[in-house]
Amino acid sequence: MRASARRRGFLAPVLWLPAGLAIALLGLPLIALAVRTPWGQLPALLSTSVVAQALGLSLLTATLSTGLSLLLGIPLAVVLARSVEWPLVPRRLLRALVTVPLVLPPVVGGVALLLLLGRRGMIGQFLPFQIPFSTAAVVIAQTFVAMPFLVFAVEGALRASDRRFEIAAATLGASRWRVFCRITLPLIAPGVSAGALLCFCRALGEFGATITFAGSFPGVTQTLPITIYLQLQTNPDAAIALSLVLLAISVAVLVTLRDRWVPGLTA
Amino acid sequence: MSLDAALHAVRGTFELDAQFAVTEGRTLAVLGPNGAGKSTLLAALAGVIEASGSVCLNGRELAGVPTERRRIGYVFQDFLLFPHLTVLENVAFGPRSLGMPRAAARDLAEQWLARLGIAELAPRRATQLSGGQAQRVALARAVAAGPDLLLLDEPLAALDVEVRAEVREELARHIQDWGGLTILVTHSFDDVTALADDVLVLERGRVTQRGSLREVIQSPATSYARRLVAGWAED
Repeated sequence: MRASARRRGFLAPVLWLPAGLAIALLGLPLIALAVRTPWGQLPALLSTSVVAQALGLSLLTATLSTGLSLLLGIPLAVVLARSVEWPLVPRRLLRALVTVPLVLPPVVGGVALLLLLGRRGMIGQFLPFQIPFSTAAVVIAQTFVAMPFLVFAVEGALRASDRRFEIAAATLGASRWRVFCRITLPLIAPGVSAGALLCFCRALGEFGATITFAGSFPGVTQTLPITIYLQLQTNPDAAIALSLVLLAISVAVLVTLRDRWVPGLTA
Repeated sequence: MSLDAALHAVRGTFELDAQFAVTEGRTLAVLGPNGAGKSTLLAALAGVIEASGSVCLNGRELAGVPTERRRIGYVFQDFLLFPHLTVLENVAFGPRSLGMPRAAARDLAEQWLARLGIAELAPRRATQLSGGQAQRVALARAVAAGPDLLLLDEPLAALDVEVRAEVREELARHIQDWGGLTILVTHSFDDVTALADDVLVLERGRVTQRGSLREVIQSPATSYARRLVAGWAED
């Protein structure tokens, strides 16, 4: 039996150096975080009221943002994926709009939200209540930056789904709404879950838009990332412990999504 | 019960122009080579594609009526059973969509499954079925919704050749048992002789012959029809 010939590599050896530096840049900071974590004090650090408040607020707002993104983002994804049926929809323009929060600096997003919904904002001036610097503002800011992740994930899943199942359902007498709820959505459920997870993760980590539009009032708008930033000055150990919490959540999400890289993000 | 259709449909560069009728108790086979427009005809009847002309089903004009209100059952070539539902849920889907309460719909579905001899398949996932089983489930699903017209798109094409003859005979019995208006689309003359009473020969979007099965066998009008009849007669 002939041994299979080993393929000759064509990778220029000189590429290994910059690649190695890239790996170091990405990996060493995480290693430093793990090494410098005061593991022994973790339980004590994580049970202070500051931490509990920030963690609770972050989980609450990220969940609400994900919920809002699902409510608004799924219909938008349907419009994007199926707009071939409705020639009046400017699909490219819409898709560009959805991409903007992905490339816009979050702080700029926060400023824009202030200009829209602030006390003298374009819409805000007509509202009887104040939005900025409230928990609602946190949810709005997080939704602004995180919803595109969900929209693109769901759009990708919709484009990949077999539309003929919907035709089959129609021949059986199902109304369009019933087809959407009973056939379309269940068949794209994995894509929706992946998108929702990514959306949650992004909302949880949002800093720039939140601090600009919602400020940093403890218990009301001081989310985990903002708390980490502020604690770094006064209580670095607490900042490290909280960083570890966020890192753990991010890794958990990564591991859950490892086989289903969201289409549309890398398109 | 009857269907009277005069259809004109355009799909890209392809144009379909067909006029035909289906009478109660006589299954119509639409026979033609690939690309003749058979699928286009079915899609136009079901309202899936836009078509001009008239489709009159039991005195009801269907032009402009959306698919979900046409009451036309459709058995697809690759069955298209809903993969996230069980066999029972698949068959109950039609009755449920039409407003039947869940328990009643399930009972009806069970009755149809029993009538087709596959009652034991009820709890299975649609993806765990053999070709012959899937075909019967697809048929049960379509007729359970109580359609006025049943369309069958190449019903045996997705099956292995060995099981085709047996399934074909059973299908003939089930269609007779159902007893409603039926149109069958196929390119196989074996299907036609086993399942149909009347034949519509479709070639390149046009009707080239229309008549009873006997008439087509005795006097095929085009070379295509002659070839099919001759090939069948040899077996």
